[in-house]
Amino acid sequence: MIGGLFIYNHKGEVLISRVYRDDIGRNAVDAFRVNVIHARQQVRSPVTNIARTSFFHVKRSNIWLAAVTKQNVNAAMVFEFLYKMCDVMTAYFGKISEENIKNNFVLIYELLDEILDFGYPQNSETGALKTFITQQGIKSQTKEEQSQITSQVTGQIGWRREGIKYRRNELFLDVLESVNLLMSPQGQVLSAHVSGRVVMKSYLSGMPECKFGMNDKIVIDKQGKGGTTDDTAKSELGGSGKQSIAIDDCTFHQCVRLSKFDSERSISFIPPDGEYELMRYRTTKDIILPFRVIPLVREVGRTKLEVKVVIKSNFKPSLLAQKIEVRIPTPLNTSGVQVICMKGKAKYKASENAIVWKIKRMAGMKESQISAEIELLPTNDKKKWARPPISMNFEVPFAPSGLKVRYLKVFEPKLNYSDHDVIKWVRYIGRSGIYETRC
Amino acid sequence: MTDSKYFTTTKKGEIFELKAELNSDKKEKKKEAVKKVIASMTVGKDVSALFPDVVNCMQTDNLELKKLVYLYLMNYAKSQPDMAIMAVNTFVKDCEDPNPLIRALAVRTMGCIRVDKITEYLCEPLRKCLKDEDPYVRKTAAVCVAKLHDINAQLVEDQGFLDTLKDLISDSNPMVVANAVAALSEIAESHPNSNLLDLNPQTINKLLTALNECTEWGQIFILDCLANYTPRDDRESQSICERVTPRLSHANSAVVLSAVKVLMKFMEMLPKDLDYYGTLLKKLAPPLVTLLSAEPELQYVALRNINLIVQKRPEILKHEMKVFFVKYNDPIYVKLEKLDIMIRLASQANIAQVLAELKEYATEVDVDFVRKAVRAIGRCAIKVEQSAERCVSTLLDLIQTKVNYVVQEAIVVIKDIFRKYPNKYESVIATLCENLDSLDEPEARAAMIWIVGEYAERIDNADELLESFLEGFHDESTQVQLQLLTAIVKLFLKKPTETQELVQQVLSLATQDSDNPDLRDRGYIYWRLLSTDPVAAKEVVLAEKPLISEETDLIEPTLLEELICHIGTLASVYHKPPSAFVEGSRGVQHRRIPPRAGSVESAESPEVGQSGPSEAPSAVIPSQGDLLGDLLNLDLAPPTTTVPSVQPSMQMGAMDLLGGGLDSLMGDESDTLGGDIGGSPSMGAGLGAAPTAMPAALGGVPPVGGGLGDLFDLGGGVGMPTGFYVVPKTLWLPAMKAKGLEISGTFARRGGIIQMDMSLTNKAMSVMTDFAIQFNRNSFGLAPAGPLQVLTPLSPNQTIDVSLPLSTTGPVMKMEPLNNLQVAVKNNIDVFYFSCQFPLSLLFVEDGKMERQVFLATWKDIPNDNEAQFQIKDIHLNSDAASNKLQGSNIFTIAKRTVEGQDMLYQSIKLTNSIWVLAEMRVQTGNPNYTLSIKCRAPEVCQFVYQCYEMVLKN
Repeated sequence: MIGGLFIYNHKGEVLISRVYRDDIGRNAVDAFRVNVIHARQQVRSPVTNIARTSFFHVKRSNIWLAAVTKQNVNAAMVFEFLYKMCDVMTAYFGKISEENIKNNFVLIYELLDEILDFGYPQNSETGALKTFITQQGIKSQTKEEQSQITSQVTGQIGWRREGIKYRRNELFLDVLESVNLLMSPQGQVLSAHVSGRVVMKSYLSGMPECKFGMNDKIVIDKQGKGGTTDDTAKSELGGSGKQSIAIDDCTFHQCVRLSKFDSERSISFIPPDGEYELMRYRTTKDIILPFRVIPLVREVGRTKLEVKVVIKSNFKPSLLAQKIEVRIPTPLNTSGVQVICMKGKAKYKASENAIVWKIKRMAGMKESQISAEIELLPTNDKKKWARPPISMNFEVPFAPSGLKVRYLKVFEPKLNYSDHDVIKWVRYIGRSGIYETRC
Repeated sequence: MTDSKYFTTTKKGEIFELKAELNSDKKEKKKEAVKKVIASMTVGKDVSALFPDVVNCMQTDNLELKKLVYLYLMNYAKSQPDMAIMAVNTFVKDCEDPNPLIRALAVRTMGCIRVDKITEYLCEPLRKCLKDEDPYVRKTAAVCVAKLHDINAQLVEDQGFLDTLKDLISDSNPMVVANAVAALSEIAESHPNSNLLDLNPQTINKLLTALNECTEWGQIFILDCLANYTPRDDRESQSICERVTPRLSHANSAVVLSAVKVLMKFMEMLPKDLDYYGTLLKKLAPPLVTLLSAEPELQYVALRNINLIVQKRPEILKHEMKVFFVKYNDPIYVKLEKLDIMIRLASQANIAQVLAELKEYATEVDVDFVRKAVRAIGRCAIKVEQSAERCVSTLLDLIQTKVNYVVQEAIVVIKDIFRKYPNKYESVIATLCENLDSLDEPEARAAMIWIVGEYAERIDNADELLESFLEGFHDESTQVQLQLLTAIVKLFLKKPTETQELVQQVLSLATQDSDNPDLRDRGYIYWRLLSTDPVAAKEVVLAEKPLISEETDLIEPTLLEELICHIGTLASVYHKPPSAFVEGSRGVQHRRIPPRAGSVESAESPEVGQSGPSEAPSAVIPSQGDLLGDLLNLDLAPPTTTVPSVQPSMQMGAMDLLGGGLDSLMGDESDTLGGDIGGSPSMGAGLGAAPTAMPAALGGVPPVGGGLGDLFDLGGGVGMPTGFYVVPKTLWLPAMKAKGLEISGTFARRGGIIQMDMSLTNKAMSVMTDFAIQFNRNSFGLAPAGPLQVLTPLSPNQTIDVSLPLSTTGPVMKMEPLNNLQVAVKNNIDVFYFSCQFPLSLLFVEDGKMERQVFLATWKDIPNDNEAQFQIKDIHLNSDAASNKLQGSNIFTIAKRTVEGQDMLYQSIKLTNSIWVLAEMRVQTGNPNYTLSIKCRAPEVCQFVYQCYEMVLKN
C-alpha cells in the first residue's frame, strides 16, 4: 500500500510530507526531488523506481504530488487516489497552489489522516468529509450528530446525508460532450469518438430515488420488441433525426446501482447533494461532426508557404456554434505571416508557432475561409517540418453523439413531493475535444 | 487563515522560543506553537527536542490541536521511546471517549507509533474497538490490526486478533468488511501458507455482497482479494464472473482494472465453447478502451496492462486498433506504449491503416518516438507478410528524408526484413548504400556492414565500401568490428580473386592488433578455416541462416501468466514479477492462473485439444523435427535432470515441446522413427477391457477405516496398498518394438501417493543404462515426481522392478480416451514411446468425503443431463460389504437409505483436480445386478468411474 505522500513546490521544496509506513524514510523525499523534479530530461514515465522504491506522481500547475511505496501496490488505485486527493483539496480551498497549500497545511494533514489509513484509501467523498473536518475547528456535536457522521462516512450511502431540505426541489442536468476527431488531409475520418458526461446539480429534499433514461439503443430496441409502448411513440414524436444511439461503454458515479444497470440497463440512484458527475460515456458510431476542416498547404520554394483553410459547419442552420478557434501551426523558421480571413479575426502568434483564427459565432450549414502566406527564413536544417495537425475549438448547443435525455424521474416516498413538483432543467453542450485535421 | 507564515520562521533560537510558547497558558498561543512545530517538521528540521512540551499539549478538548500533537507523536515517538510512554494514558482514555471520532482517532494513531511499550498498551483498547458499536471505529480498528502485525506479528497471533479480524468479514457494514479484507490480505502475504484468508464459497459470497455496497476503494480491496481465490469448478467461476462484471462500469479505473484481473483469471477455468465465455470476452473490450480517456497517468497504467492482456488474449481488442492511434498531444510515455500495442494488434486486416499512421509518426519531433515508429514499420513487415513490400517502400521513403536517426533506424530494421524474406528486396540495397556516410551509430553501421557482406555478390563496389570502414577499424565498437570481419570474409569467399588483400588486412587487424578476445578468436577461426579448407569455410560462413521469428519481444508465458494475476498493480506496470522490486518476503508469492481442468475441457472444441490454455504462440517454436531430438537429448540424458524442477517454467516449457513432438509421432506413425515407436495407442486399451481377468486382491476383504486398513494391509504383507485395488502388470512395451527393452507395469495409489510400478526387462544382448522417463501432457496432469530410479545397469536378461511416484501437477491436455497416458522412456540405446491407460481410481483422493448437505445441494445443482446410469452385473456382495470395499479405493459412502428392500448408497469421490463425482448405487437384496447413477459436472469422467466401480467390486 501507499507508504507515504509528499507534496512539493516547483523548486522541489517539501510542503507536505506524511509517512504511513515504516519502510519509507526521509531520504525518499530527497530521492524524488533529485531524480524527478530536478531531472535534466523530461519525465518519461509517471511511475519511477529509485532504489527499490516506487514513486507515483501527478502534477497540478506547479505542484507535484508524489505517492511512495516499496510494495506491489495497485498502481491504478494510487493514481485514482492522487486525483481524488486533488479534488478534495480543491473542494476545500480552491486552486492547488503553493500558497493555498501552505495556508491550509494543517487542514491537509487532517485530511490525509482521514482519507488514507496505513496507506489504504478510506472514504474520500467531500460531502461526507465536510461534515466533520472543518477549518473552523470542531464544534461540540451531540451524540446523534456524531453517530450520523460516522454512519455516513462508513455507510452504504456515503455520499449523501439524511435530513436535507429545500423549499424548491430543483434538478439541473447538463449533457456535456467533447467530440474528438482525427482526419486525414484528404478528408477521411481516421478516428472519431465522443466522450460525454452527464453532470447534475440536484437540490432535492430527503433521500430521493432517481431514475434516468436516455435514448440508449439497447433500451429502445428492447422496448420496441415489447410491442407498442407509449415511450417509443413519444420518442418518435419528440426526437428529431436519430432515435437511438449506440453507446460503446459507460461508467457511473458510485451512487448508481451497477448490478441493476448490468441486468436491466436502467440507471437508478440516490443522488449526492449538489453538483456531481452522474455518468461518462463514449460513442463512436454515427457521430455528427459539427465542423469540417479542409486544409491546403503549398510550399512555394524554400522560403514560402501558402496556406488555405476552409471550415464548414455541419448542423441545423437555426443553431449557432460559439467560441470557434482554428489553430494553424506554422514552421519554427517563420519570419512573417500575412493573413486574410472572411470572418472573425486571425493573428499570427509567434510564441505559439501558430496562426490563431477566432470566430465568435457561426450558424449551421455555412462555410468560411482563411488564407495565409507564410515567409520562411532559409535554414540548413535537413529535417523537414513535421507539419503538426490543424486543431479546432468550438462549442455547439447540441450533443454530437445524438444523445437525448428521455426522462429523469424522482421518487421520494417519505416526503410529500412528487416527480411533477421537481423543476428540471436540461441542457446540451457539445465541445471540441481533440479535433484535428492533418495537413 | 494564513498558515503559510509558519513556514517562514528561520530565526536562531527558534526551538527555545517554541518551547516557551508551547508551555504558554493561552490556548491560542499553544496551538500556534504546535503548528509552527509541524511546519518545521515538514520541511525536515529536527524538532524532536520539543517532545515533552508537545506531549504536554495532548490533553486538550480541541480536536484540531489533538490531531496535530498526534501527528508529531507519530513522527518522533520512535526516537524518544521513553518519553512516548507519557502519551499512553491519554490514548487509553481517548479510546473510551463517547465520541466515536475520537475513539477511532486514538486507536488509529496508537497503531502508527512503533514503540514496544506503547504497543503493549494498545492490545486492550484495540480489542474493544474491534467490537465497538460504531462502524467507524470498527473499520479503523481493522486496519490497526494490520499495523500492529507489521510491528509485532507474534503479538497479534497470541492475542487472537486474527480471529476477530476474520469475524469482521461477516460484519454488517460494508466498509468494515472491506478494511478487514485489506488487512487480512496484507497479513496473509507475509504468511504465504497460512491459509489465513480461508476463502471458501461462503466467504466469497459475503465479499461479493459487500462489493455492491462499499466505497470505491473498498471495492478495489475486495476485488484484489477475490483475484487470489481459486474457484472449485467452472460453475463457481462463472457465477463469480457474473457478479463481478457490473464493476466494469465503475467510474474509478482501479475498480475496473481489478475487475478485469478477476475476470481474466477466472475465465481460464471456463470451457471455451460456453456461450458465457464469448459474452465475457465481448464485455471486456469497451471498459478497456474507456480507460484510455482517463488522465494520462492512468492511461499509462492501463496501456501497460493492455499490453499484457493483448498478449494473453489478442481476440479481445483485435477490432479496436483505432483507439490506440497516437494523439499529437499525448505525453511521450503514453505515445510509446500505444505504439507497442499497435504493433501487437497489427494484422492483415488493418495493416494499411497502421502503416499510414506509423509513417505519420516517423515525422514527429521526439527522437525516441520516431525511432520506435520506424522500428515498428519493420516489425509490421516481419509480422504481416502481405504488407512487407509496402513497409519496405515506406522505409525507403523515410530514408529519403535524410534525417540522420531515421535513416539509421530504418537500416537496422531492413536488415531484419532481409533475414525474414531473403532474396526478395535486395533492390533497395543501392539506396541504402547511398547513406553509408551518415551512419554514426554502431548498431546501424553493423547492420549496414552485414547487408553488404551478405549480398556482396550483387554489390559491385562491395570491396570499396567495406574497405572504407576498415580505415578506422580500431575506433569502431566491437559490434561493428565483428561484423566487419565476418562481412569481409564473406566477400572473400564470394569474390576470392580481387579481395585477397582486404581479407589479409582485416585478419591481421583482428588477430594481431586487437586486444578483444572475441574478435581475436573469431579472426583466428576464420584464418585457419580459410587456410586449411576453403570449401569447409564456405559451408560454415555462408551457411543458410534460419529465418527469424515473427514476434520478438513477447513476454515469456509463465511470467505473462503471473503478471496477468497482478493486473492493475506495479508489477503489471513494470512487467516484472513483484519479487524483482519488492524487498523481503512480502508479495513474492508467485501467482498462477488456475488450470482449466482437463476433464472439464470440452471435447467438442477441436482447438482446445490441440493447444493448452497457456501454450505460447506457435510462431516462437521452431520446426519440430530437430527440436524433438534436441530436447530428448537435453532433458532425458542424465536421470538427474528429471528431478522435479525448482523452476516450474522450465519444466513446463520442455514438456510442452516434448508433448508436441510425441503427438505428431503418435498421430501419423512417423516415418522417421519407424519401428522404434513403442506401444501403439491401442495397446493400452486392452487394460480397460479385461479387468475381469485379475486375480482376487487382498482388498477383497475391505478394511473399515483408513488407519485400520493400513495395519490390516501390512499384515497381509504382499505389498498391497491400502485397500487400493491394483491391476496386475500388463505388457506395455514389447521387447521387439524397443530394441530389447520390455516394460510391463501397472498403477497404484499407496497412502495418497500415486505410483507407477514397472518391471523393466532387458531382452537384448547388451547392458542398458541411463534410464529416464517423461510423460506427454495428459488429461489429469500426471507427471513423474522424481527421476526413474534404475541405479545399476540392467544386464541382459535381468528384470528390475521400479516404482515411480507421480504427481498431478504436470501440464494438462485432454486425451482420448481420458485416462490415456503417453510415455517416453529413454535408455542408452534409444528413446521409446508407448501409451497405457490408468484406472481413474488412481486419482480418487483420500479427502473425498463430502458433507451430506453439500452432497444434497451439489446433486441438485448438477443438471440431469450430466447423469449417467450403468449396470454392474454379477456382484454377490451386500451393500455394506460393497461400501467397505469401495472405500478402500476412496469411494466414500455418505449416506445409506433403505426403500422397499432396496439399499440406496450415496457416494462421493473427489479427483486430484478437485472435480467431484457423486454417485447413487442401488442394491437390491438377492439381485446380483447393481444400478449405478453417476453425476458429475464433467460428464466425460462418468464412464471411467463406472469402470473403477466394476473393477473394484469384482475383485
